[in-house]
Amino acid sequence: MTTDLTDLGLPELRSGVELVPSQDGPQSAKEYTSDQEVRWCPGCGDYAVLKAVQGFLPDLGLRRENIVFVSGIGCSSRFPYYLDTYGMHSIHGRAPAIATGLATARPDLSVWVVTGDGDALSIGGNHLIHALRRNVNLTILLFNNRIYGLTKGQYSPTSETGKITKSTPMGSIDHPFNPVSLALGAEATFVARTIDSDRKHLTSVLTAAAAHRGAALVEIYQNCPIFNDGAYDDLKGADAGQRLVRLEPGLEVTVDGQTWQHDPHAEDPSAQFALSRLETPVPVGIFRQVQRPTYDDLARHQVTTAQAATDGTPEERLARLLGAGDTWTVL
Amino acid sequence: MPDPGFVKEIRRLDGVVIRFAGDSGDGMQLTGDRFTQESAVFGNDLVTLPNFPAEIRAPQGTLPGVSSFQVHIADHDVLTPGDAPDVLVAMNPAALRANLGDLPKGAVVIVDTHDFTARNLAKAGYAESPLEEDAGGSGRPGEGPLADYQVHPVDLTGMTVTAVKEFGLSRKDAARAKNMFALGLVSWMYGRPTDPTTAFLERRFAKAPAIRDANITAFKAGWAFGETTEAFTSSYEIRPAPMSPGSYRNITGNLALAYGLVAAGVRSGLPVFLGSYPITPASDILHELSKHKAFGVTTFQAEDEIAGVGAALGASFAGSLGVTTTSGPGIALKSETIGLAVALELPLLIVDVQRGGPSTGLPTKTEQADLLQAMYGRNGEAPVPIVAPATPGDCFDAALEAARIAVTYRTPVMLLSDGYLANGSEPWRIPEITELPTIDPGFATDPNHVSTSSPDGQPDEFWPYLRDDETLARPWALPGTPGLEHRVGGLEKGEGHGNISYDPANHDHMVRTRAAKVQRVADSLPPLEVDDPADDAGPAGLLVVGWGSTYGPITAAVRQVRRAGYRVAQLHLRHLNPFPNDLGDILRRYDKVLVPEMNLGQLSRLLRAEYLVDAVGFNVVRGLPIRAAELADVIGQFVKEES
Repeated sequence: MTTDLTDLGLPELRSGVELVPSQDGPQSAKEYTSDQEVRWCPGCGDYAVLKAVQGFLPDLGLRRENIVFVSGIGCSSRFPYYLDTYGMHSIHGRAPAIATGLATARPDLSVWVVTGDGDALSIGGNHLIHALRRNVNLTILLFNNRIYGLTKGQYSPTSETGKITKSTPMGSIDHPFNPVSLALGAEATFVARTIDSDRKHLTSVLTAAAAHRGAALVEIYQNCPIFNDGAYDDLKGADAGQRLVRLEPGLEVTVDGQTWQHDPHAEDPSAQFALSRLETPVPVGIFRQVQRPTYDDLARHQVTTAQAATDGTPEERLARLLGAGDTWTVL
Repeated sequence: MPDPGFVKEIRRLDGVVIRFAGDSGDGMQLTGDRFTQESAVFGNDLVTLPNFPAEIRAPQGTLPGVSSFQVHIADHDVLTPGDAPDVLVAMNPAALRANLGDLPKGAVVIVDTHDFTARNLAKAGYAESPLEEDAGGSGRPGEGPLADYQVHPVDLTGMTVTAVKEFGLSRKDAARAKNMFALGLVSWMYGRPTDPTTAFLERRFAKAPAIRDANITAFKAGWAFGETTEAFTSSYEIRPAPMSPGSYRNITGNLALAYGLVAAGVRSGLPVFLGSYPITPASDILHELSKHKAFGVTTFQAEDEIAGVGAALGASFAGSLGVTTTSGPGIALKSETIGLAVALELPLLIVDVQRGGPSTGLPTKTEQADLLQAMYGRNGEAPVPIVAPATPGDCFDAALEAARIAVTYRTPVMLLSDGYLANGSEPWRIPEITELPTIDPGFATDPNHVSTSSPDGQPDEFWPYLRDDETLARPWALPGTPGLEHRVGGLEKGEGHGNISYDPANHDHMVRTRAAKVQRVADSLPPLEVDDPADDAGPAGLLVVGWGSTYGPITAAVRQVRRAGYRVAQLHLRHLNPFPNDLGDILRRYDKVLVPEMNLGQLSRLLRAEYLVDAVGFNVVRGLPIRAAELADVIGQFVKEES
């Protein structure tokens, strides 16, 4: 048996932050900066992302107390400590699960997940794909440096095959994940890729991700200067143009001899997936951006529907519940 | 035709233990449940023991496929489902063979002869029908395997099919009503009211009139058969048991636990958020809570055990009463997240409906072997309060108590139920809502600390780890509260301000403070009640200490020993961590302490370690409740030694 979910009487919610209270008056990056000293290695790409996020959050115009950052374990997962919002630095791989509970419990919060390639794709792979398929209203920032940093330099599930690391002296033999392909395979409704060093592009992608109602996955190519320095150098600098393609709706793209216009809003993800397989040039930007009811909106809708169909105070209803069924009285 | 003048004798009993046994698909759980409901409404006291295989439908007619339901009804308060059945209803040869060993001599055995075919006998491992008087190889009448019992061979299936002919069902569907025929017969034997079952069948099969009518007809035909056949010469009367005034219903532990969680939501004003992954024998709590969204209950069926507890913890951070329900294997997976909850100091309820272990173990059987896992099964010093219900109905109060501790002390709390409590049932006095405790979430709303830059000396910043003097609980500040923005996490925090701290002295302080906070729970507990028939000579010499579902068997055994003229004291623990403040003094009052448990000695180990008392274990891990008679023998040995 199934119930038709297409006509639930759900209010049309277009924006990811539609139910989050907004702030009157301007905010500054300083207000979003906590008093904690940032402790990433010098030159780490995480600094650039933090700066970009601190700079871009005020533009969302939300009340700061209604923003929550949840992270797992790894270098990037220290992120919440440096933002003066609510935050939780949780355990390895579990941030999407914790954020699912948070987002489902509270429609008035803007919930962000900060994770890395090891956190999201190794130990937490299961939670990531399920958060994406459920389409929980979360914005997930996946910092991909293709290496384990905090444990000092083992290969990660996005490391290229043959990588020589501390744990793979003869080269890694695992085939890597492509995070964008994985997210598209999990039927995520918003999938994008950007680069730590390109603040303008990063900000524009994050803005679109925050505005998306549903699970938004943003892969951020991020440099680890200590254990995997220069992983993305090809895509940076003046001559990167040849090796990089910035996706825009309507952009003509050619993959394996087939040419089409990129449409992130296409329901069928096949063309978006084909694009995600492209290695030269590497596409950055929004691969997919479609609408589907979110898990948390549906879950809350079931609760409010049930509540609307009942009467009496909670105590009266509890008395009715406990006293239901076959009962008898002893005098 | 029976002689019209034939009047059957009605004999009075103070109690009886009946076991319905059949194939997994024969509807024995339903049959037992209906008999239980009839008895409950009639006013008997009762305790039930469902017992079924983990396989949904094991091969038909085989021993592994046998499912049974035992119910003990009486005119006085009963504590156990009974060590051995007085009456066995066996629907096929396998059910007979699987249960025969549990019967005492003289027990009544009602057998459906319909399935005693050569093929089914072979499946059950019988070379010849045990119903033949000279079965068993001796060739002499009266020496067969059933010689010691009062056997009633009845073609239950055949008579059912005949009775329901008019409804035009297939032979297979008609035969499926045989369990209702058997229920009707046993209901007649013990003078049960029939209205509750007819009303139940009308509701259950409202959409399938032919099946509804067939079941009701079979039920009534079974009753009529008992009344008219000469095979049963008497029926029995078991009068209602005296109970304190009030409104009652029969309730299983899982249902009571689910209701307790709903009540905790109502009495705290918190929305309940259940994150759970299906697992036997805990899934019924998820099923039940998913029906109560009108109470603001959200149920999240997660992708795994870890996500279940993770989402619950996320919801707790957001201001819900986060709950996760599971069994032992699930606790193993949730351990890291429970440790995180210890560090975050947020309310969280973890319900462990224990089953036989290790590993997958005995999914549908009961055990108490997760106590040490609940106590110590995490990395680091990660203390968690533990509460354990004693009876199915007590699961309601235990859930409320666990919620009180979790919310008041901002801590994860373990609630240790087990398979026997979960599926077993008893009459439960429905509480008045005003009797139930209230729980105050006491959310933080304002800054609590004066910074050096405070202009007026008033608190102007929020420190998430500044503690309440009495409870040592930290403030619970919800996202959305302006001015209280803060970060929590699994890294060690500095006391007070809550920022990351690697300072050695601070870590030592925080480890001790988290332990002290859990210990403070003991200050909120009422004094323990020891059941000791002390006289002028002083207290009894032996104290029997139990926890959880062994309450019934221990109490029954203690009573049995006292009836034999010996003195023995009993204490049942609801709080396993922290132990109540007066426990040590009580233990030291007795010469001997006996701890019966369905494990290899977990509470006894804790008592020995904590109080240096020579607690001796009585340990049984059969996947079934401890037998009261067996325990009474053990207690008897102890008290005889001392006298």
